Amino acid sequence: MTTIRHHIPDALLAAYAAGNLPQPFALVVAAHVSICLDCRAALEAHQAVGGLVLEGTAPEGLSDGMKSRVLDLLDGPAPASAPRQPRSGIYPGPVMEALKGRPPRWKPLGGGVRQDILSASDDGSVRLLYIPAGQAVPDHGHGGLELTLVLQGSFSDETGQYGVGDLEVADENLEHVPIAGAGPPCICLAATDAPLRFNSLIPRLLQPLFRI
Amino acid sequence: MLAVRDRRDRAAFAELFDHFAPRLKGFIMRRGTGAGQAEEIVQEVMLTVWHKADQFDPARAQVSAWIYQIARNRQIDIARKENRPLPEELAEDPEAEPDAAQMLALEQEAQHLKRALAKLKHDQREIIEQAYMGELTHQEISARTGLPLGTIKSRIRLGLERLRHDLKDMR
Repeated sequence: MTTIRHHIPDALLAAYAAGNLPQPFALVVAAHVSICLDCRAALEAHQAVGGLVLEGTAPEGLSDGMKSRVLDLLDGPAPASAPRQPRSGIYPGPVMEALKGRPPRWKPLGGGVRQDILSASDDGSVRLLYIPAGQAVPDHGHGGLELTLVLQGSFSDETGQYGVGDLEVADENLEHVPIAGAGPPCICLAATDAPLRFNSLIPRLLQPLFRI
Repeated sequence: MLAVRDRRDRAAFAELFDHFAPRLKGFIMRRGTGAGQAEEIVQEVMLTVWHKADQFDPARAQVSAWIYQIARNRQIDIARKENRPLPEELAEDPEAEPDAAQMLALEQEAQHLKRALAKLKHDQREIIEQAYMGELTHQEISARTGLPLGTIKSRIRLGLERLRHDLKDMR
């Protein structure tokens, strides 16, 4: 396992544990935790705090018969839970879950860059990006928060270098030009809560078309 | 909880129910869910506790933390009508002996955490409750610099030690 140097900030982990992170970000957090022991331990610590908050919640009286109803149901069949997708190659389980078990369906974005949009809604969007070595993702600012998790290869930008398992957290103040490192193409999982804005004219015109 | 997991002990489950079900109901209703629907969710959560008891690992989590997570997952799945993205499960050796020292360390750490929370000023405690009940966005959580996230750091170190230990055993 390579050393992961860029982790999930505490506020995001706490919001994830509390279930209050928009779905696209929750997917990135779940994928990172799947491959990062430090963040798994940190998430479990947040869950411990959540447990204490639950313990400290004022009890609410239950309706008559509820307890015996539940006890009667113990012998019933366990509720069916769909089998979860396992990790496949570079893609952690939660990403395979979002891909519904299939390989990515890459769509070209120009310059050899490709993407597969996993979901896009009012909550934001999450996609896989494929960037050939040495290729830049066009200079872009953000309307909101962007989380980028490296699954293969590496990229670097104004804020540093990101290898496999590293998570970049970019907010609206960051205008950056991520460039894929030498070696295998950089594949990352990227989530935003707002459309990306490109700073040159052509990508901006293409933006609605490609939804990048 | 271990009696429920290992011996399928119904009396022990009934005790867990008496302790957690009313708290779960209060917890769920705090987010504006009506009493009827809250009880349905409590029922599903408690049945999950029974059916998935084999996934409970006392060296990794307090019972309250484990049930908290089940309840949050269930509430989110209902609200979003789709499954919440969850991390991969760690493949642990089912034959492994429970690590008594780890369980004790975790219990002590939980007590430490509990005391730290109890010592907080009222408004700080309020923020913690809001955050872990899912009432604050991540922006709101990071804006509250008073949030004593530092109190959980030793719990993180403990958890990490345990995870590394587990994985070493598996190799």
